[in-house]
Amino acid sequence: MHMADALLSPAVGGAFWAGTIGTIGYASKKLKEHLDDRKIPMMGVLGAFIFASQMINFTIPGTGSSGHLGGGMILAVLLGPHAAFLVMASVLTVQALFFADGGLLALGCNIWNLGIYPCYVAYPLIYKPLEGDGRSPQRILLASMASGIVGLQMGAFSVVLQTLLSGKTALPFGTFLLMMQPIHLAIGIVEGFVTAGVINYVRAARPEILDSSASSAPLAVGISLRNVLIGFVALAIVTGGALSWFASTHPDGLEWSIGKVTGKGELPEQEHGIPAALKSVQEKTAFLPDYGFKPSANERKAKEEAPSWPNVDAGTSVSGLIGGVLVLAMALGIGWTIRALRRRSAP
Amino acid sequence: MSFETAYSGIGRLDRLSYGDTVVHRLDPRAKVAATILFAVAVVSFPRYEVLSLLPFFLFPILIGALGDIPAGFIAKKVVAVSPFAVFVGIFNPLFDPSTVAIAPGVSVSAGWVSFASILVKFALTVSAALLLIATTSFPGICRGLRRLGLPALFVSQLLFLYRYLFVLMEEAMRVIRARDMRSFGKRGTGVRVFVRIVGTLFLRTVERAERIYGAMLARGFRGDVPSMRRETLRPSDAAFVLAAGCFFALCRFVPVPQMIGRLVRGLAG
Repeated sequence: MHMADALLSPAVGGAFWAGTIGTIGYASKKLKEHLDDRKIPMMGVLGAFIFASQMINFTIPGTGSSGHLGGGMILAVLLGPHAAFLVMASVLTVQALFFADGGLLALGCNIWNLGIYPCYVAYPLIYKPLEGDGRSPQRILLASMASGIVGLQMGAFSVVLQTLLSGKTALPFGTFLLMMQPIHLAIGIVEGFVTAGVINYVRAARPEILDSSASSAPLAVGISLRNVLIGFVALAIVTGGALSWFASTHPDGLEWSIGKVTGKGELPEQEHGIPAALKSVQEKTAFLPDYGFKPSANERKAKEEAPSWPNVDAGTSVSGLIGGVLVLAMALGIGWTIRALRRRSAP
Repeated sequence: MSFETAYSGIGRLDRLSYGDTVVHRLDPRAKVAATILFAVAVVSFPRYEVLSLLPFFLFPILIGALGDIPAGFIAKKVVAVSPFAVFVGIFNPLFDPSTVAIAPGVSVSAGWVSFASILVKFALTVSAALLLIATTSFPGICRGLRRLGLPALFVSQLLFLYRYLFVLMEEAMRVIRARDMRSFGKRGTGVRVFVRIVGTLFLRTVERAERIYGAMLARGFRGDVPSMRRETLRPSDAAFVLAAGCFFALCRFVPVPQMIGRLVRGLAG
């Protein structure tokens, strides 16, 4: 469920990049305070391990389809949240570069979705309280399941939000949500099961690894709810700032996208089911309630005046088509000529 | 994608990145900056824009040609990662059925136009990202990121990951081969076996990390990975970023294809 550049708008991509860079800085700083050097090669090699183990696929029971590991939760349990977050960020960076999973602009979103939720939300708020003293395999299974599911649900929800805020898709919010969440529920269950299996295996074979990661890393307990909340408020401000700036300078900002998705300027009221429930949650938690969902008068005008694709006259569109084909042909011609010249000059 | 193809794909990209061409010799920072400018310019187009995006293909085509990167290889990788964008985009024609005229007498639903726009943006951004890594060595990118101000800890994390990626992938490949030789059909590919394989791989990884740490200590490791290389931005790097930036700005704000089309029609008529 890697987010892709093509589905993003610069404002959304930039806002999540800002949040991600901030978190990388925060995690590095926190880690430096308590770090023993031993962890540096360990983190790097474990990143490579996550990469390698993601390529081993297995058969999901009952379905016959194959799955692979996400890894965020395993890392959080074994290394603590800060180290795990940095490892996940590096894994996703390498994936973005070598596999082109997502792209450079979407990398900020992907690190956010797959790194922050498991490491800074699911691990401290769900896994830690549920695992107890960490000695019972059943409790580890329960904790891994719950945190795996919650982490992936938040990640999937975040993909939906990022896509819709960017306004490149016509998918209605509810439909998109109904497509994403159940799939990731299944993935989360499998992820939780595998996480618990690996942790219990490691505990049985070399229990001191888990103990040392917990004791040498006060980070595991040191992360307080307050810090998490402060981080979220900061991101909300950054996001809100970037989005509102964009929305006011550009007609295809937030208003526009929501207008397009719903066909109205505002989100429809009085809906039933999940969207309504989510909206009530959103209203309760909104940091600036009712902002950004109501296009102001001059923006509405801007939207109407903006030249839109459907209204171009036929003459212009023919010129455009001819020109587009020519431009593409020229670009390909230049590339082909350079290649031919190089081949001739090569010995 | 089977393990072996994925592995050889990464290996090939990595080997390409150690080439020696005009593009490879540019400073990593300049290439990272240009690629990011490119991605921002491309995705900033509204969702019904297709034609104005076409001039942007010149950038990946030029980089690929000047950098001696096989075009087919990049194209194949772009197609291989397309499912998510296609999956989300394919719903546009369903949910956005109002028709638009794209040429006299030819109309399609607006959703197809925005779907095409997503696909073009996808091809542009992904090929640019792949060409960045194909023309820039990964350690070079890491040095660039460090110079751009990312935390040293994170950058050394990236370097370690890269250094051991191939080692661990080969190890995993041997494990998979062993599993496949002992299993028939789907037997032995279940979650239970997988958990044990990953557990064993993890323990081996930890032991390897401990040996690495010992070896690094013996060589004077004090928590930092210093680099002897001094890199300064040359005028050619600055010129590259400037030229790329101007080109992107031109294509972003001036409807180049429409102008060329009008010109050609004017000449013809």
